Amino acid sequence: MKPAAFDYVRAETLEEALSVLASEGGDAQIIAGGQSLMAMLNTRLANPKTLIDIMRLKELDRIDATPAAVAVGAGVRQRALLGWPPLAEKLSLVALALPWTGHAQTRSRGTICGSIAHADPSAEMPLALLALGGEVHLRSAKRHRKLPAGEFFTGMMSTARSADEMIEAVSFPTLGGARCAFREVARRHGDFAIVACAAVADKAGVRFAVGGVADMAAVRDWPRLDGSALDDALNAFAHELDARDDVHATARYRRDLVRLIGRDLVREVLQ
Amino acid sequence: MTRLQAGERHRIRFTLNGAAAHGEAEPRMLLTDFLRQQIGATGTHVGCEHGVCGACTVTVDGMIARACLTLAVQIEGCDIRTVEGLAPAPGRLSILQEAFKRHHALQCGFCTAGILMSLDHFLRERLRPTEAEIRDLLSGHLCRCTGYTPIIRAALDAADLLANHRHAEKTDA
Repeated sequence: MKPAAFDYVRAETLEEALSVLASEGGDAQIIAGGQSLMAMLNTRLANPKTLIDIMRLKELDRIDATPAAVAVGAGVRQRALLGWPPLAEKLSLVALALPWTGHAQTRSRGTICGSIAHADPSAEMPLALLALGGEVHLRSAKRHRKLPAGEFFTGMMSTARSADEMIEAVSFPTLGGARCAFREVARRHGDFAIVACAAVADKAGVRFAVGGVADMAAVRDWPRLDGSALDDALNAFAHELDARDDVHATARYRRDLVRLIGRDLVREVLQ
Repeated sequence: MTRLQAGERHRIRFTLNGAAAHGEAEPRMLLTDFLRQQIGATGTHVGCEHGVCGACTVTVDGMIARACLTLAVQIEGCDIRTVEGLAPAPGRLSILQEAFKRHHALQCGFCTAGILMSLDHFLRERLRPTEAEIRDLLSGHLCRCTGYTPIIRAALDAADLLANHRHAEKTDA
Protein backbone atom coordinates (compact mmCIF):
# COMPACT_ATOMS: atom_id res chain seq x y z
CA MET A 1 0.00 0.00 0.00
CA LYS A 2 2.75 2.45 -0.94
CA PRO A 3 2.95 4.24 -4.29
CA ALA A 4 5.66 3.27 -6.77
CA ALA A 5 8.31 5.90 -7.49
CA PHE A 6 7.43 9.00 -9.51
CA ASP A 7 8.75 12.52 -10.08
CA TYR A 8 6.69 15.20 -8.37
CA VAL A 9 6.15 18.50 -10.16
CA ARG A 10 4.72 21.43 -8.24
CA ALA A 11 3.33 23.66 -10.97
CA GLU A 12 3.30 27.39 -10.34
CA THR A 13 1.48 28.33 -13.54
CA LEU A 14 -1.07 26.57 -15.70
CA GLU A 15 1.32 26.75 -18.67
CA GLU A 16 3.94 24.78 -16.72
CA ALA A 17 1.45 22.05 -15.88
CA LEU A 18 0.30 21.86 -19.51
CA SER A 19 3.84 21.77 -20.92
CA VAL A 20 4.79 18.84 -18.66
CA LEU A 21 1.57 17.06 -19.69
CA ALA A 22 2.40 17.72 -23.36
CA SER A 23 5.96 16.48 -23.13
CA GLU A 24 5.26 13.42 -20.98
CA GLY A 25 1.74 12.67 -22.15
CA GLY A 26 0.45 9.38 -20.87
CA ASP A 27 3.25 8.99 -18.33
CA ALA A 28 2.24 12.09 -16.39
CA GLN A 29 -0.87 12.57 -14.33
CA ILE A 30 -2.45 15.62 -12.73
CA ILE A 31 -3.03 15.48 -9.00
CA ALA A 32 -5.49 17.94 -7.47
CA GLY A 33 -7.14 16.98 -4.15
CA GLY A 34 -5.86 13.44 -4.64
CA GLN A 35 -8.74 11.76 -2.84
CA SER A 36 -9.27 9.20 -5.60
CA LEU A 37 -5.85 9.25 -7.23
CA MET A 38 -3.86 8.71 -4.03
CA ALA A 39 -5.84 5.54 -3.27
CA MET A 40 -5.10 4.39 -6.85
CA LEU A 41 -1.40 5.16 -6.36
CA ASN A 42 -1.24 3.42 -2.99
CA THR A 43 -2.83 0.28 -4.43
CA ARG A 44 -0.72 0.69 -7.60
CA LEU A 45 -3.73 0.71 -9.88
CA ALA A 46 -2.16 3.92 -11.22
CA ASN A 47 1.58 4.10 -11.93
CA PRO A 48 2.44 7.49 -13.42
CA LYS A 49 6.09 8.42 -13.94
CA THR A 50 5.32 12.03 -13.08
CA LEU A 51 2.72 13.60 -10.84
CA ILE A 52 1.80 17.24 -11.56
CA ASP A 53 0.34 19.02 -8.54
CA ILE A 54 -1.99 21.85 -9.60
CA MET A 55 -3.30 22.84 -6.17
CA ARG A 56 -1.02 25.88 -5.86
CA LEU A 57 -2.53 27.46 -9.01
CA LYS A 58 -4.78 30.18 -7.68
CA GLU A 59 -6.40 30.73 -11.09
CA LEU A 60 -8.00 27.27 -10.93
CA ASP A 61 -9.59 27.90 -7.54
CA ARG A 62 -12.62 29.80 -8.80
CA ILE A 63 -16.37 29.43 -9.18
CA ASP A 64 -17.81 31.52 -12.04
CA ALA A 65 -21.57 31.90 -12.07
CA THR A 66 -23.64 33.27 -14.95
CA PRO A 67 -27.45 33.09 -15.09
CA ALA A 68 -27.13 30.02 -17.36
CA ALA A 69 -24.36 27.99 -15.73
CA VAL A 70 -21.88 27.66 -12.90
CA ALA A 71 -18.29 26.87 -13.92
CA VAL A 72 -16.26 25.17 -11.21
CA GLY A 73 -12.48 25.38 -11.62
CA ALA A 74 -10.11 22.45 -11.23
CA GLY A 75 -8.83 23.79 -7.91
CA VAL A 76 -12.24 24.03 -6.21
CA ARG A 77 -12.54 21.56 -3.39
CA GLN A 78 -15.83 19.76 -2.78
CA ARG A 79 -16.18 21.37 0.62
CA ALA A 80 -15.74 24.82 -0.91
CA LEU A 81 -18.56 24.25 -3.42
CA LEU A 82 -20.77 22.81 -0.69
CA GLY A 83 -20.16 25.97 1.34
CA TRP A 84 -20.73 28.33 -1.62
CA PRO A 85 -23.77 30.37 -0.51
CA PRO A 86 -25.73 30.39 -3.84
CA LEU A 87 -25.31 26.63 -4.41
CA ALA A 88 -28.79 25.48 -3.35
CA GLU A 89 -30.46 28.22 -5.36
CA LYS A 90 -28.33 27.85 -8.53
CA LEU A 91 -27.60 24.12 -8.55
CA SER A 92 -30.05 22.35 -6.29
CA LEU A 93 -29.10 18.92 -7.68
CA VAL A 94 -25.42 19.44 -6.80
CA ALA A 95 -26.44 20.72 -3.36
CA LEU A 96 -28.42 17.51 -2.81
CA ALA A 97 -25.80 15.10 -4.19
CA LEU A 98 -22.54 16.57 -2.94
CA PRO A 99 -23.03 15.65 0.75
CA TRP A 100 -23.03 12.02 -0.47
CA THR A 101 -19.61 12.37 -2.10
CA GLY A 102 -17.15 10.72 0.26
CA HIS A 103 -16.93 11.95 3.84
CA ALA A 104 -16.23 15.33 5.43
CA GLN A 105 -12.63 14.14 5.78
CA THR A 106 -12.27 13.63 2.00
CA ARG A 107 -14.52 16.48 0.76
CA SER A 108 -12.21 18.93 2.52
CA ARG A 109 -9.40 17.96 0.10
CA GLY A 110 -11.10 16.37 -2.91
CA THR A 111 -12.09 18.52 -5.88
CA ILE A 112 -15.19 18.54 -8.07
CA CYS A 113 -13.15 18.27 -11.29
CA GLY A 114 -11.05 15.46 -9.83
CA SER A 115 -14.19 13.43 -9.23
CA ILE A 116 -15.26 14.08 -12.83
CA ALA A 117 -11.80 13.11 -14.14
CA HIS A 118 -11.78 9.89 -12.09
CA ALA A 119 -15.18 8.91 -13.61
CA ASP A 120 -16.13 6.30 -11.05
CA PRO A 121 -19.43 4.73 -12.17
CA SER A 122 -20.96 5.16 -8.71
CA ALA A 123 -19.74 8.72 -8.09
CA GLU A 124 -22.24 11.53 -7.56
CA MET A 125 -20.59 14.40 -9.44
CA PRO A 126 -20.41 12.60 -12.82
CA LEU A 127 -24.06 11.64 -12.31
CA ALA A 128 -25.06 15.24 -11.54
CA LEU A 129 -23.08 16.59 -14.51
CA LEU A 130 -24.77 14.10 -16.86
CA ALA A 131 -28.25 14.69 -15.44
CA LEU A 132 -27.90 18.47 -15.83
CA GLY A 133 -26.31 18.20 -19.29
CA GLY A 134 -23.12 19.95 -18.21
CA GLU A 135 -19.81 20.41 -19.99
CA VAL A 136 -16.19 19.54 -19.31
CA HIS A 137 -13.65 22.25 -20.22
CA LEU A 138 -10.50 20.53 -21.43
CA ARG A 139 -7.24 22.28 -22.04
CA SER A 140 -3.89 21.25 -23.45
CA ALA A 141 -0.83 23.28 -24.39
CA LYS A 142 -2.30 23.56 -27.91
CA ARG A 143 -6.03 23.93 -27.57
CA HIS A 144 -9.18 24.42 -25.51
CA ARG A 145 -12.27 22.37 -26.08
CA LYS A 146 -15.55 21.80 -24.31
CA LEU A 147 -17.17 18.39 -24.31
CA PRO A 148 -20.74 17.67 -23.26
CA ALA A 149 -20.80 15.31 -20.26
CA GLY A 150 -22.50 12.67 -22.43
CA GLU A 151 -19.45 12.58 -24.72
CA PHE A 152 -16.85 12.95 -21.98
CA PHE A 153 -17.65 9.80 -20.04
CA THR A 154 -16.85 6.73 -22.12
CA GLY A 155 -16.94 3.87 -19.62
CA MET A 156 -15.80 2.69 -16.22
CA MET A 157 -13.15 5.19 -15.08
CA SER A 158 -12.51 6.10 -18.69
CA THR A 159 -13.13 9.40 -20.43
CA ALA A 160 -12.55 11.16 -23.74
CA ARG A 161 -9.73 13.25 -22.25
CA SER A 162 -6.51 12.94 -24.26
CA ALA A 163 -3.25 12.25 -22.47
CA ASP A 164 -2.03 15.83 -22.99
CA GLU A 165 -5.24 17.42 -21.67
CA MET A 166 -6.36 18.41 -18.23
CA ILE A 167 -9.77 19.43 -16.98
CA GLU A 168 -9.65 23.17 -16.40
CA ALA A 169 -13.24 23.45 -15.20
CA VAL A 170 -16.65 21.81 -15.43
CA SER A 171 -19.84 23.76 -15.94
CA PHE A 172 -23.21 22.81 -14.53
CA PRO A 173 -26.25 24.43 -16.22
CA THR A 174 -28.63 26.10 -13.80
CA LEU A 175 -31.64 25.23 -16.03
CA GLY A 176 -33.52 28.23 -14.70
CA GLY A 177 -34.07 26.59 -11.34
CA ALA A 178 -35.68 23.42 -12.76
CA ARG A 179 -36.97 21.03 -10.11
CA CYS A 180 -34.40 18.41 -9.18
CA ALA A 181 -34.35 15.40 -6.89
CA PHE A 182 -31.61 13.04 -5.75
CA ARG A 183 -31.48 9.85 -3.72
CA GLU A 184 -28.78 7.33 -3.01
CA VAL A 185 -28.56 3.94 -1.35
CA ALA A 186 -25.17 2.95 0.08
CA ARG A 187 -24.15 0.60 2.87
CA ARG A 188 -23.02 3.59 4.89
CA HIS A 189 -23.39 7.29 4.15
CA GLY A 190 -20.34 8.32 2.13
CA ASP A 191 -19.53 4.85 0.85
CA PHE A 192 -19.79 4.04 -2.84
CA ALA A 193 -23.36 4.09 -4.08
CA ILE A 194 -25.16 0.81 -4.67
CA VAL A 195 -27.63 2.92 -6.63
CA ALA A 196 -27.72 6.72 -6.98
CA CYS A 197 -30.52 8.42 -8.89
CA ALA A 198 -31.19 11.96 -10.05
CA ALA A 199 -34.27 13.44 -11.69
CA VAL A 200 -34.51 16.83 -13.40
CA ALA A 201 -37.75 18.32 -14.72
CA ASP A 202 -37.61 20.05 -18.10
CA LYS A 203 -40.17 21.59 -20.43
CA ALA A 204 -40.80 18.36 -22.31
CA GLY A 205 -40.92 16.12 -19.26
CA VAL A 206 -38.21 14.62 -17.14
CA ARG A 207 -34.61 13.47 -17.36
CA PHE A 208 -33.73 10.54 -15.12
CA ALA A 209 -30.16 9.43 -14.42
CA VAL A 210 -28.81 6.39 -12.60
CA GLY A 211 -25.31 5.77 -11.24
CA GLY A 212 -23.74 2.77 -9.52
CA VAL A 213 -25.39 0.15 -11.72
CA ALA A 214 -23.86 0.20 -15.21
CA ASP A 215 -20.18 0.88 -16.01
CA MET A 216 -21.02 4.57 -16.16
CA ALA A 217 -23.97 6.74 -15.19
CA ALA A 218 -26.85 6.47 -17.66
CA VAL A 219 -29.54 8.97 -18.61
CA ARG A 220 -33.02 8.75 -20.13
CA ASP A 221 -35.29 11.56 -21.27
CA TRP A 222 -38.98 10.93 -20.96
CA PRO A 223 -42.13 12.97 -21.59
CA ARG A 224 -44.39 13.58 -18.58
CA LEU A 225 -45.07 10.01 -17.50
CA ASP A 226 -47.21 8.68 -14.72
CA GLY A 227 -48.84 5.50 -13.55
CA SER A 228 -48.11 2.33 -15.47
CA ALA A 229 -46.36 4.19 -18.32
CA LEU A 230 -43.78 5.45 -15.81
CA ASP A 231 -43.45 2.00 -14.23
CA ASP A 232 -42.90 0.44 -17.67
CA ALA A 233 -40.28 3.03 -18.63
CA LEU A 234 -38.44 2.54 -15.34
CA ASN A 235 -38.59 -1.23 -15.63
CA ALA A 236 -37.20 -1.15 -19.16
CA PHE A 237 -34.44 1.25 -18.09
CA ALA A 238 -33.57 -0.92 -15.06
CA HIS A 239 -33.06 -3.91 -17.35
CA GLU A 240 -31.14 -1.93 -19.97
CA LEU A 241 -28.58 -0.98 -17.31
CA ASP A 242 -27.36 -4.58 -17.33
CA ALA A 243 -26.86 -4.74 -13.56
CA ARG A 244 -24.57 -7.44 -12.19
CA ASP A 245 -24.39 -9.21 -8.86
CA ASP A 246 -21.48 -8.16 -6.69
CA VAL A 247 -20.42 -8.23 -3.05
CA HIS A 248 -22.53 -5.15 -2.24
CA ALA A 249 -25.87 -6.08 -3.84
CA THR A 250 -27.55 -8.38 -6.32
CA ALA A 251 -28.53 -7.22 -9.79
CA ARG A 252 -32.16 -7.77 -8.91
CA TYR A 253 -31.91 -5.56 -5.81
CA ARG A 254 -30.33 -2.82 -7.91
CA ARG A 255 -33.17 -3.04 -10.47
CA ASP A 256 -35.69 -2.85 -7.62
CA LEU A 257 -33.99 0.29 -6.30
CA VAL A 258 -33.98 1.91 -9.74
CA ARG A 259 -37.73 1.25 -10.11
CA LEU A 260 -38.70 2.34 -6.61
CA ILE A 261 -36.47 5.38 -6.29
CA GLY A 262 -37.18 6.33 -9.89
CA ARG A 263 -40.90 6.42 -9.35
CA ASP A 264 -40.53 8.61 -6.25
CA LEU A 265 -38.08 11.04 -7.81
CA VAL A 266 -39.89 11.43 -11.16
CA ARG A 267 -43.17 12.09 -9.36
CA GLU A 268 -41.45 14.53 -7.04
CA VAL A 269 -40.02 16.68 -9.83
CA LEU A 270 -43.14 16.51 -12.01
CA GLN A 271 -45.51 17.52 -9.23
CA MET B 1 8.02 25.08 -11.28
CA THR B 2 9.63 22.70 -8.82
CA ARG B 3 10.48 19.19 -9.98
CA LEU B 4 11.40 16.68 -7.29
CA GLN B 5 13.11 13.62 -8.73
CA ALA B 6 11.92 10.12 -7.96
CA GLY B 7 14.27 8.10 -5.79
CA GLU B 8 15.88 11.14 -4.21
CA ARG B 9 15.16 12.61 -0.83
CA HIS B 10 14.01 16.18 -0.70
CA ARG B 11 13.98 18.55 2.23
CA ILE B 12 10.51 19.50 3.43
CA ARG B 13 9.86 22.41 5.77
CA PHE B 14 6.53 22.75 7.51
CA THR B 15 4.90 23.62 10.82
CA LEU B 16 3.96 20.76 13.13
CA ASN B 17 1.57 21.62 15.95
CA GLY B 18 2.75 25.21 15.95
CA ALA B 19 6.50 24.56 15.85
CA ALA B 20 8.79 24.76 12.81
CA ALA B 21 9.77 21.29 11.60
CA HIS B 22 11.62 19.73 8.71
CA GLY B 23 12.47 16.33 7.33
CA GLU B 24 13.39 14.53 4.14
CA ALA B 25 11.18 12.50 1.85
CA GLU B 26 11.10 10.93 -1.59
CA PRO B 27 8.15 12.08 -3.72
CA ARG B 28 6.35 8.77 -3.19
CA MET B 29 6.45 8.95 0.62
CA LEU B 30 3.04 9.28 2.27
CA LEU B 31 2.49 11.89 4.97
CA THR B 32 1.70 9.06 7.42
CA ASP B 33 5.12 7.44 6.98
CA PHE B 34 6.86 10.82 6.91
CA LEU B 35 5.35 11.88 10.23
CA ARG B 36 6.02 8.56 11.91
CA GLN B 37 9.38 7.54 10.46
CA GLN B 38 11.13 10.79 9.60
CA ILE B 39 9.70 13.12 12.23
CA GLY B 40 9.10 10.54 14.95
CA ALA B 41 5.53 11.73 15.54
CA THR B 42 3.90 8.35 15.99
CA GLY B 43 0.56 9.62 17.31
CA THR B 44 -0.87 9.50 13.77
CA HIS B 45 -1.81 5.88 13.15
CA VAL B 46 -1.60 3.91 9.91
CA GLY B 47 -4.62 1.74 9.20
CA CYS B 48 -5.85 0.92 5.72
CA GLU B 49 -3.49 3.14 3.70
CA HIS B 50 -6.10 3.86 1.07
CA GLY B 51 -8.34 6.45 2.64
CA VAL B 52 -11.08 4.30 4.13
CA CYS B 53 -10.46 3.88 7.87
CA GLY B 54 -9.65 7.43 9.02
CA ALA B 55 -7.00 6.40 11.60
CA CYS B 56 -4.43 8.75 10.03
CA THR B 57 -6.63 11.88 10.03
CA VAL B 58 -4.69 15.14 10.58
CA THR B 59 -5.26 18.75 9.55
CA VAL B 60 -3.35 20.45 6.72
CA ASP B 61 -3.68 24.25 6.72
CA GLY B 62 -6.88 23.87 8.72
CA MET B 63 -8.37 21.28 6.35
CA ILE B 64 -9.21 17.90 7.77
CA ALA B 65 -7.26 15.33 5.75
CA ARG B 66 -6.30 11.69 5.47
CA ALA B 67 -2.52 11.62 5.89
CA CYS B 68 -2.40 8.39 3.83
CA LEU B 69 -3.96 10.26 0.88
CA THR B 70 -1.43 13.07 1.18
CA LEU B 71 2.16 13.04 -0.02
CA ALA B 72 4.86 14.37 2.27
CA VAL B 73 6.09 16.62 -0.56
CA GLN B 74 2.65 18.25 -0.77
CA ILE B 75 2.93 19.72 2.74
CA GLU B 76 5.91 21.98 1.99
CA GLY B 77 5.22 25.22 3.86
CA CYS B 78 1.92 23.95 5.32
CA ASP B 79 0.60 24.04 8.86
CA ILE B 80 0.13 20.42 10.03
CA ARG B 81 -1.70 19.49 13.19
CA THR B 82 -1.72 16.01 14.63
CA VAL B 83 -3.07 14.33 17.75
CA GLU B 84 0.11 15.25 19.62
CA GLY B 85 -1.03 18.88 19.45
CA LEU B 86 -4.40 18.40 21.17
CA ALA B 87 -3.34 18.31 24.84
CA PRO B 88 -2.86 21.83 26.26
CA ALA B 89 0.21 20.81 28.32
CA PRO B 90 2.14 17.67 29.23
CA GLY B 91 0.08 15.62 31.65
CA ARG B 92 -3.15 17.47 30.81
CA LEU B 93 -5.84 16.40 28.39
CA SER B 94 -8.06 18.59 26.22
CA ILE B 95 -11.77 18.84 27.01
CA LEU B 96 -12.49 16.40 24.16
CA GLN B 97 -9.83 13.93 25.29
CA GLU B 98 -11.15 14.08 28.88
CA ALA B 99 -14.63 13.34 27.57
CA PHE B 100 -13.30 10.31 25.67
CA LYS B 101 -11.75 9.04 28.89
CA ARG B 102 -14.91 9.65 30.93
CA HIS B 103 -17.22 7.94 28.44
CA HIS B 104 -14.91 5.02 27.61
CA ALA B 105 -14.92 6.19 23.99
CA LEU B 106 -11.94 4.01 23.18
CA GLN B 107 -10.79 0.51 23.86
CA CYS B 108 -7.75 -0.46 21.78
CA GLY B 109 -7.17 3.16 20.78
CA PHE B 110 -6.07 2.45 17.24
CA CYS B 111 -8.73 4.61 15.57
CA THR B 112 -8.77 7.20 18.34
CA ALA B 113 -6.08 9.58 17.08
CA GLY B 114 -7.96 10.11 13.82
CA ILE B 115 -11.38 10.41 15.44
CA LEU B 116 -10.07 12.98 17.93
CA MET B 117 -8.64 15.05 15.08
CA SER B 118 -11.93 14.99 13.15
CA LEU B 119 -13.99 15.89 16.22
CA ASP B 120 -11.57 18.58 17.39
CA HIS B 121 -11.73 20.21 13.94
CA PHE B 122 -15.52 19.86 13.76
CA LEU B 123 -16.22 21.21 17.25
CA ARG B 124 -14.19 24.33 16.53
CA GLU B 125 -16.64 25.21 13.75
CA ARG B 126 -19.86 23.77 15.07
CA LEU B 127 -20.83 25.02 18.50
CA ARG B 128 -23.92 22.93 19.26
CA PRO B 129 -23.87 19.92 16.93
CA THR B 130 -26.69 17.41 16.76
CA GLU B 131 -26.16 13.70 17.23
CA ALA B 132 -26.95 13.21 13.53
CA GLU B 133 -24.17 15.61 12.53
CA ILE B 134 -21.69 13.77 14.72
CA ARG B 135 -22.76 10.42 13.29
CA ASP B 136 -22.34 11.82 9.80
CA LEU B 137 -18.83 13.03 10.66
CA LEU B 138 -17.94 9.65 12.18
CA SER B 139 -18.96 7.89 8.96
CA GLY B 140 -15.45 8.83 7.84
CA HIS B 141 -13.91 6.61 10.53
CA LEU B 142 -13.87 2.93 11.36
CA CYS B 143 -13.87 1.77 14.99
CA ARG B 144 -14.18 -1.97 15.60
CA CYS B 145 -14.23 -1.83 19.43
CA THR B 146 -16.77 0.63 20.74
CA GLY B 147 -19.78 0.37 18.45
CA TYR B 148 -19.48 4.19 18.23
CA THR B 149 -22.10 4.93 20.91
CA PRO B 150 -19.60 5.95 23.62
CA ILE B 151 -17.76 8.10 21.05
CA ILE B 152 -20.98 9.94 20.23
CA ARG B 153 -21.71 10.44 23.95
CA ALA B 154 -18.22 11.80 24.51
CA ALA B 155 -18.49 14.14 21.52
CA LEU B 156 -21.86 15.54 22.65
CA ASP B 157 -20.58 15.97 26.20
CA ALA B 158 -17.44 17.73 24.98
CA ALA B 159 -19.52 19.96 22.69
CA ASP B 160 -21.64 21.06 25.69
CA LEU B 161 -18.57 21.75 27.81
CA LEU B 162 -16.84 23.64 25.00
CA ALA B 163 -19.93 25.76 24.33
CA ASN B 164 -20.22 26.65 28.03
CA HIS B 165 -16.49 27.28 28.19
CA ARG B 166 -16.68 29.72 25.29
CA HIS B 167 -19.77 31.37 26.74
CA ALA B 168 -17.96 31.82 30.09
CA GLU B 169 -14.95 33.29 28.31
CA LYS B 170 -17.17 35.84 26.61
CA THR B 171 -19.04 36.91 29.75
CA ASP B 172 -15.83 37.15 31.81
CA ALA B 173 -14.40 39.55 29.27
